Amino acid sequence: MQLIVESLFNGIAIGSVLLVAALGLAIVFGLMGVINLAHGELMMIGAYSTYVTQLIFKLPAFQQFYNSYIIVSLGVAFLVSAVVGIVLESLIIKRLYGNPLETLLATWGVSLILQQFVRSVPLAYGTGLIISLIIGLGLPIILPKNLFVSHQSKFFRLGIWSISVVFGLLTANGLSSAISKLGRSSSRNVDVTAPSWMRGGIEFWDITFPVTRLVIIVITIISVIAVSWFLNRSIWGMRIRAVTQNRSMSECLGISTKKVDILTFAIGSGLAGVAGVAVSLLGSVGPNVGANYIVGCFMVVVLGGVGNLLGTIIASFGIGIMTDLIGAGRLLEIWPEMPSSIASTVNFFATTSMARVLVFALIVVFLQFKPAGLFPQKGRMVEG
Amino acid sequence: MTLLEIKGMNTYYGESHIIRDVDMSVKSGEMVCLIGRNGVGKTTLLKTLIGLLKPKSGEILFDGNSINRTAPHNRAKSGIAYVPQGREIIPYLTVEENLKLGMEALQGGLVKNKKIDTFIYELFPILKTFLNRKGGDLSGGQQQQLAIGRALLGQPKLLLLDEPTEGIQPNIVKDIESAVRRIINERGIGVLLVEQHLHFVRQADKYYAMQRGGIVASGPTKDLSKSVIENFLNV
Ligand SMILES: Nc1ncnc2c1ncn2[C@@H]1O[C@H](COP(=O)(O)OP(=O)(O)O)[C@@H](O)[C@H]1O
Ligand SMILES: [Mg+2]
Repeated sequence: MQLIVESLFNGIAIGSVLLVAALGLAIVFGLMGVINLAHGELMMIGAYSTYVTQLIFKLPAFQQFYNSYIIVSLGVAFLVSAVVGIVLESLIIKRLYGNPLETLLATWGVSLILQQFVRSVPLAYGTGLIISLIIGLGLPIILPKNLFVSHQSKFFRLGIWSISVVFGLLTANGLSSAISKLGRSSSRNVDVTAPSWMRGGIEFWDITFPVTRLVIIVITIISVIAVSWFLNRSIWGMRIRAVTQNRSMSECLGISTKKVDILTFAIGSGLAGVAGVAVSLLGSVGPNVGANYIVGCFMVVVLGGVGNLLGTIIASFGIGIMTDLIGAGRLLEIWPEMPSSIASTVNFFATTSMARVLVFALIVVFLQFKPAGLFPQKGRMVEG
Repeated sequence: MTLLEIKGMNTYYGESHIIRDVDMSVKSGEMVCLIGRNGVGKTTLLKTLIGLLKPKSGEILFDGNSINRTAPHNRAKSGIAYVPQGREIIPYLTVEENLKLGMEALQGGLVKNKKIDTFIYELFPILKTFLNRKGGDLSGGQQQQLAIGRALLGQPKLLLLDEPTEGIQPNIVKDIESAVRRIINERGIGVLLVEQHLHFVRQADKYYAMQRGGIVASGPTKDLSKSVIENFLNV
């Protein structure tokens, strides 16, 4: 019993990561029909942001707040991944709209570039670049609009980007001298250490629940609630839903579909960043950390159905639990006296990668019987 | 006052030339009807006016300003409302949400305008009873009323209507006709109507007849002769 509960709990923690990441993926896919293969790398960027935030909080000036760095890093990771997503959308994906195959290839290329970027560029400079982008993209939104319609608008733009580059360089230099780890490039994995209050576990009925995993589950619950509130209750959420369902009519009604695209991409990418924070709490962080999750995210989206929150939740927990049950060899622990023939098969699949293979094979078989996923959309609108 | 003026407009779908040298004008308070058989290019013309298609040549003046380079959402904000053929209700949004989307065209959009103007329920009482239904679950006639109501909530100066009575029960056709008439009288807006339904066509002040993408006849609707009707309406 104890083992089963423990296993379920672990599975739910892994599923939580998948859920947050898959939500972001599904929002973007639902809106633009864009399959963003760089979504995993946006998670990776979120994980690295957590790492950088943690190191900054170790500096003497911030040391006293060290215990709360994980909360700050949620916001940081969302923002950083969102900004990278905005750049990705406006430089590449926007131009390939309506060409799914080219988008697929281009985003795959971007994912490789991003992986190589974190290998060969010191994190301090990466951070500097992000700071420049945040300032450069953010200032025009904050400053009064009429500055940009005047005939001097070109100089304003130039000025803003110069300011942001200067700030970026200052950040990069400051960081690399203050924290020597960030000043060198490295392709080795790094570790995010949880603050002391997150170490250890909480005991319930003789079962220990690791606090990190509880935190991951809480992060997920908050993200899901926030996303569904935003999509269903806010004005921008309604605009996003309208554009998702009928782009040209929404445009004709007075909605700027360009703005909606950027915002949607930012939110989808930001969610990947939040998932990245969770990933950094589950294990070490490296350039490939996103690639490990991306297939799972796609499976969740396919299985759960796009735009179906309940389906997405069930699919991610299902995949998370199954991966954990099979991959960690828990089936044997739960049922030690299983016949040796079955036991050897179970052992064969009891590694993380083999477990994934098996879970995906099972999903493919499942989709043979229910091609539209767990919860196909019903009703007149689909038929008509 | 001339609200909309089209000068020498040509529109293509890729290589195929659809709209040919069209000149047309609509005044405020006037209902203008565009007639022509299926496939001559009426829908293409309206799509060019709202900005979904770009004309290859020619000029579109709205309120005296050229809008050739204006994006559709800005055309909507400047006062053009579009009720497309097939209605294009957002299917999984409720009737209320669909109506609210119409208010995006108002100054300040939905952020500044939160309440649905109740005159819309006077025009189409059915909408009020179905506020919480999904738009896609309404019948064709109800969707048409919703599409027109949605367009009117943006307080347009010009309303583009593409075959609003196509495939709709006769009693709802009457409601739609009288609603459009009433809006023109009360608000003095201009209407450009594409229509096959003779009774509705007769309500217009002016007609243009289209053949293979060009305007081949026009004039006051009262002069609409039997031969023109037989030539240009699918009766
Ligand atoms: N998306 C499209 N791509 C290519 N040709 C089109 C498209 N839509 C319509 N057409 C062609 O343009 C012509 C005019 O169509 P349309 O404007 O819809 O006619 P109407 O509204 O008068 O019935 C038709 O010959 C039609 O085949
Ligand atoms: Mg048509």
